[in-house]
Amino acid sequence: MAARKSSGTSAKPGANVSKDELLNYYRDMLLIRRFEEKAGQLYGMGLIGGFCHLYIGQEAVVVGLEAAAKEGDKRVTSYRDHGHMLACGMDPKGVMAELTGREGGYSKGKGGSMHMFSKEKHFYGGHGIVGAQVPIGAGLAFADKYKGNDNVTFAYFGDGAANQGQVYEAYNMAELWSLPVIFVIENNQYAMGTSVARSTKSASLWKRGAAYGIEGEEVDGMDVLAVKEAGEKAVAHCRAGNGPYILEVKTYRYRGHSMSDPAKYRTRDEVQKMREERDAIEHVRQLLITGEHASEDDLKAIDKDIKSVVNEAAEFSKESPEPALEELWTDIYAKVAPQNA
Amino acid sequence: MATEILMPALSPTMEEGTLAKWLKKEGDKVSAGDILAEIETDKATMEFEAVDEGTLGKILVAEGTEGVKVNDPIAIMLEEGESADDIDTDAGSKPAAEAPAPKAAEAKSAVNEAPEPELNPNLDPDWPEGTEMKTQTVREALRDAMAEEMRKDENVYLMGEEVAEYQGAYKISQGLLDEFGDKRVIDTPITEHGFTGIAVGAAFGGLRPIVEFMTFNFAMQAMDQIINSAAKTLYMSGGQMGAPMVFRGPNGAAARVGAQHSQDFSAWFAAIPGLKVVIPYSAADAKGLLKSAIRDPNPVIFLENEILYGKSFEVPVLDDFTVPFGKAKIWREGSDVTIVSFGIGMTYALEAAEKLAEDGISAEVIDLRTLRPIDYDTVLASVQKTNRCVTVEEGFPVGSIGNHLSAVIMERAFDYLDAPVINCTGKDVPMPYAANLEKLALVTTDEVIEACKKVTYR
Repeated sequence: MAARKSSGTSAKPGANVSKDELLNYYRDMLLIRRFEEKAGQLYGMGLIGGFCHLYIGQEAVVVGLEAAAKEGDKRVTSYRDHGHMLACGMDPKGVMAELTGREGGYSKGKGGSMHMFSKEKHFYGGHGIVGAQVPIGAGLAFADKYKGNDNVTFAYFGDGAANQGQVYEAYNMAELWSLPVIFVIENNQYAMGTSVARSTKSASLWKRGAAYGIEGEEVDGMDVLAVKEAGEKAVAHCRAGNGPYILEVKTYRYRGHSMSDPAKYRTRDEVQKMREERDAIEHVRQLLITGEHASEDDLKAIDKDIKSVVNEAAEFSKESPEPALEELWTDIYAKVAPQNA
Repeated sequence: MATEILMPALSPTMEEGTLAKWLKKEGDKVSAGDILAEIETDKATMEFEAVDEGTLGKILVAEGTEGVKVNDPIAIMLEEGESADDIDTDAGSKPAAEAPAPKAAEAKSAVNEAPEPELNPNLDPDWPEGTEMKTQTVREALRDAMAEEMRKDENVYLMGEEVAEYQGAYKISQGLLDEFGDKRVIDTPITEHGFTGIAVGAAFGGLRPIVEFMTFNFAMQAMDQIINSAAKTLYMSGGQMGAPMVFRGPNGAAARVGAQHSQDFSAWFAAIPGLKVVIPYSAADAKGLLKSAIRDPNPVIFLENEILYGKSFEVPVLDDFTVPFGKAKIWREGSDVTIVSFGIGMTYALEAAEKLAEDGISAEVIDLRTLRPIDYDTVLASVQKTNRCVTVEEGFPVGSIGNHLSAVIMERAFDYLDAPVINCTGKDVPMPYAANLEKLALVTTDEVIEACKKVTYR
């Protein structure tokens, strides 16, 4: 991934994109990054416990795909889920307060980093078992097809999950039943500490879909415009009733697998090179500046704005009380509606 | 030498069937592989082929005959040079005991021919007095429950292996494809982990899936989706969303299908908060509980039993008959000992109670019906009355439902106990294939009787 790939047929990257769009991408990606940096900080302070998987470096993937979605579309992902929640419009306060295990969190503090949901935003988790969200995503698409609407589901998973058997069980049925699901492989190149090269001989993960008759493509995940364009193509394919589509989005996580990962499986230089040459946020920043869509001052204002949103979220997550002790015993079962005898 | 053609066993649990049609008539030449007859079991209609060549000398069971026992002679085949006149002597010379299957059938009689309890089982009736009743098999009751709920709620759908075009591997979904179409009755590939995950997603997305596992043994492939995705999401989402769905299928030992296909998972599933676990014995309970399960906004494990599928019971004729969860049923009142069981364990419990009565021991028999929630109160009230308790289940002994009940009784009714609680369970071994060993591995009526005598010091 030394040279940046063009985002499609247009000669100049960003030529077909409006200023507002670029500014939105910039803002959304920056929010994820600053939020995750803050989460890392709070983890270090002991305010966030357990597992905490940061999305830093991968922001263009979810922001690009969200740009291709419409109201009613659904999304489901793995445990590296904070970015997905912010990108689909969930409240940073609610997400951060869930990370700190507080009452104001999306799951009242009972889910944690890996288990958050929002019915309102059609975000279906937040799944901690690698690969489990893939058939679930196909099932969400199944429900939409059953109901006869034109919604699509984005089922995100990593290169690690791509070796789970249930992914291929889901592929098979998704194509068999023409389910409107986009399988998004966020290939950040490491399944915890195991590189793709050390886990499979088939380097092109999206091509495995061909065995089931599913179309797909590889996408430069460090280029939000390329991701958005591929997302639009995939969405159109699904909405038209053509069944599932696979996007293998090549991306990179700058941080360890989780907070407790010393990341000894790759060199500092490798990470540094990515950050310097391929950073997705920096890319949009350059487009904004060189396209004269925004001045340094404009972007500084956005940075400042985002910083305050994140700080507010952090404050909220500290101030929100721990859940009441009675919460231990709630939400185990949904209440049965009274039977009309 | 003339040979008898015997009524074949066409499934592991078949004991009798209908001789639907003869495709050869007396005097016809028959080659090996020719179809002799069509035989109807409660699950399917099967073609029955000749094994040897010869002439069909005599038909002993006319077509249309119902209830033909497995291994009963149904026709006589003649070899070349023989005539129908030879038949009587030859046929008579064949001792019936030569065939092993009648023995096997006898051995299973405890399971299949448990006497209907003489006492009114509706001590706390699930339906109004005077309700019209009809006789139905558990199989029919389950199908009716699904059909009724599918008519009522268009978000209810059924998916699983062979549920649609094949009409169900155990014929539970018979007729549902015709009525509801392939949008709502869906054949899946053999892919339990995958289709269970899809069903969980569909439930998140607002549908009410019924997932049929051909048997619960195959649900082990899907355990992660059942436990981690279906059971826990409501809690993990702070009550925002859960998985309203039913996982159903036969559970426990069938007959002679070996270790991987014979296992009672009751106690496993009952251990999981977030799941509801239902295990009916009678057809009325199968129907009423399945309807409740389909309406329940939580994931429900609905454990059926292959051997019970063909058993008939009285079912109330009501427009909308449901049985609530968490309410045990007292099948038989008694004063000397409480026998607690569920599912197919009830056949042993009821048979034991019947025999104990002959010896002057009065046993109260409680059918838990649901294991999550579990009706402790009914059990404790009974134990406080009888001061003795025996539990009966087919599952493994370690971490059994009986173990759990023993602990609860010890904690909450210790002073009432006149004897230690005894747990009658399956043996602590993988299920063997050999008929005699299989019989030994399962819980038996005699063991239940012995346990009851032990706790009553007789």
